[in-house]
Amino acid sequence: MSIPAEYMLILSAVLFFIGIFGFFTRRNLVSLLISTELMLNAVDINFAVFNAYCRPESLEGYVFSLFGIGVAAAETAVAIAIIINVYRNFHSIHIKRLRDLKH
Amino acid sequence: MDINLIIFSGLAIVMIVAAIFAVTSSKIMRATTNLLFVLFGTAGLYFFLHYTFLGAVQITVYAGGIVVLFIFAVLLIGKGSVDVTQTSLRRYLAGMATALTGMILTIYLIGNTDFASDKFNGEGVAIKELGMALMGTDKYNYILPFEVMSVLLLACTVGAIMIARKK
Repeated sequence: MSIPAEYMLILSAVLFFIGIFGFFTRRNLVSLLISTELMLNAVDINFAVFNAYCRPESLEGYVFSLFGIGVAAAETAVAIAIIINVYRNFHSIHIKRLRDLKH
Repeated sequence: MDINLIIFSGLAIVMIVAAIFAVTSSKIMRATTNLLFVLFGTAGLYFFLHYTFLGAVQITVYAGGIVVLFIFAVLLIGKGSVDVTQTSLRRYLAGMATALTGMILTIYLIGNTDFASDKFNGEGVAIKELGMALMGTDKYNYILPFEVMSVLLLACTVGAIMIARKK
């Protein structure tokens, strides 16, 4: 007896929209990155669930999930380097201070 | 009640509560720790699907690597990492409304769609099969994405050093 696929999809949807909520409300670069990680993680869950429940004989979702984890690691490394650089130049990572490129 | 369902429910509750704390906690260190709990819960979900290698990668790369990077960033940044300025109530409500609308819509669609998702066999993927698929050059093999991923990781290592080093 296994869990229905819909439960896992609903869990990942809830995690994704919690990430969206964090992305809209947080005003701090590290917090925004944490919200992005939540969303990427939810997407990886979806890939794995669809692979396991709809096409268990193939490997597409599994491999895509693996590569998604790799891309998330790369993205986080670069983003944290940028955040540390921003902090060094502006002495703050609050996004209100970062408006030089905005206008 | 099914034991799998009980374990899954516990995992889901822990993940959702930790995710909510990760996006609402005012201290970044606490938010990072809660993110770690969400990532461990995700690894548990992969073990539920019998995707043990994926769960191990999730723990080593996400929980072991990315969270450590976050903690390094938080400790290096120090005082600026506290979310002192509160967001305005209007923005908070707008974010809440957007997230709730999207969530309800998505859950409604999931409930009303037939995914033909009854083929779960609980066997997982043999590690030999996965290794052959990742390194093979036939149809439905993934040598090219694998190599592109290695180039991406190299580029991101060089780029991160270039960006973060002192002038």
